[in-house]
Amino acid sequence: MTEEPLPAWSLPADAVERIALPEAWPGRITREWAWGGATGAGVRVCVLDSGVETDHPQVGEVQQSIAISLDGETVIVEDEDTAGDLCGHGTACAGVIRSLAPDCEVASVRVLGAGFTGSGAILLEGLRWAVAQGYDVINMSLSTTKQKFASLLHELADTAYFRRTMVVASAHNMPVDSYPWRFSSVISVGSHELSDPFAYYYNPTPPVEFFARGVDVEVAWLGGGRLVCTGNSFATPHIAGIAALVLSKHRELTPFQLKSVLYLTASNVGDGS
Amino acid sequence: MSDELRGAVAAGVLGAEENYRTLLRSIVEVARAIFNAKASSVFLLDEAADELVFEAVAGEGSESLVGRRFPSSTGIAGFVLVSRQPLVIEDVLEDPRFSRETAESTGFVPKGLMAVPLLHEERALGVLEVLDRPSDARFTLAEMELLGLFASQAAIALDLLQRARRAQAALAGDGELAVLARLAAALEGRREEGSEDSAFGLLAELEKLL
Repeated sequence: MTEEPLPAWSLPADAVERIALPEAWPGRITREWAWGGATGAGVRVCVLDSGVETDHPQVGEVQQSIAISLDGETVIVEDEDTAGDLCGHGTACAGVIRSLAPDCEVASVRVLGAGFTGSGAILLEGLRWAVAQGYDVINMSLSTTKQKFASLLHELADTAYFRRTMVVASAHNMPVDSYPWRFSSVISVGSHELSDPFAYYYNPTPPVEFFARGVDVEVAWLGGGRLVCTGNSFATPHIAGIAALVLSKHRELTPFQLKSVLYLTASNVGDGS
Repeated sequence: MSDELRGAVAAGVLGAEENYRTLLRSIVEVARAIFNAKASSVFLLDEAADELVFEAVAGEGSESLVGRRFPSSTGIAGFVLVSRQPLVIEDVLEDPRFSRETAESTGFVPKGLMAVPLLHEERALGVLEVLDRPSDARFTLAEMELLGLFASQAAIALDLLQRARRAQAALAGDGELAVLARLAAALEGRREEGSEDSAFGLLAELEKLL
């Protein structure tokens, strides 16, 4: 006999038991409960970016390196991308994530390097591919201003959310409309000026949802190098890394629950402990 | 087409290229002054070639770099253009590749740089870089905001100038609107002679006919 499926669209009275949550939530959520003792082990984090340099001392092993490109309308997925990082930025993001969640798996999905023309379409296809892989967390510091991609990106962001993939995206710090960070199904991240990598704030006036460390961040760069950088795109992997920690300790959390945990453990919520 | 016609009139047809260069030069000079930096440069996206073109420089670095082309999606400028995200590198701790790349694109090796995309409406027009702001001053988010505000203004100026450039191209040589350019030049000549009345009268009649 097959197991009766969980209720999807409505909740009959006799089905309440069947959606009992696997997590026992304490009365008060602390950081100790959320990620105390966690290392990110078992969590798959995708860095959708410029590529990640393999074996950078601050990054360590990169479990998967993929490149997405387009030939006309045909999507080309290169399984073993050997181009490395074409800018340094993806390596920087991966390094920040690993500094917080040292044992998480890192998958690099490179969507840059084939030229500016078509970059919006490649970003879209890269995200589509990453969502289909079921990564736990997708870190993306990229956005597009092209309206024609907005609705498709929105759909993908929602699909990720429903499939338990948390998309963490850099908010824009300029007065322009860009996507996908503005969608409520992703976590959008801006910068604060503190140096504590575990300091993060919930923003009660969205669309930017959280602020994390993004000023004067020492990051990994090309050729095994290091730079001190500033930008929302360095704040984003801080939240992605903390999300990986939480998920490695609480595997069952949905994006909604994960966001709630991040909210309840934010530096400006409760006592931030 | 009507956009180009309007642009043609607005640009005054003549001398647009020179004005274009002057404004770009002014943009990088102001950027350099705002941040008290050693140099500033602007790259414009050449969409047809899918390349970034070094268009103007202020301060250190060589004028001879102007016109040089770079891949549109690699390196710092390429990343900033494609990601639409500003990027500030404050200190190069260890990175030979960064130094080489920036030396090739700026004419000298900076210790740090700020790169910001020039965005107007849906379009990314290029990248503005500010090199080596004073190293004793810690970077702040207020500066990041200033950089963003300045970039927005620079992008509006660039958009207007690119429109003028397109209009000029449409009006030049054998372009289908070239007759308008010749007409405008002829009218300008008549105006200088103080005898434009009859010419404008003729145009008014033509307008009625159309």
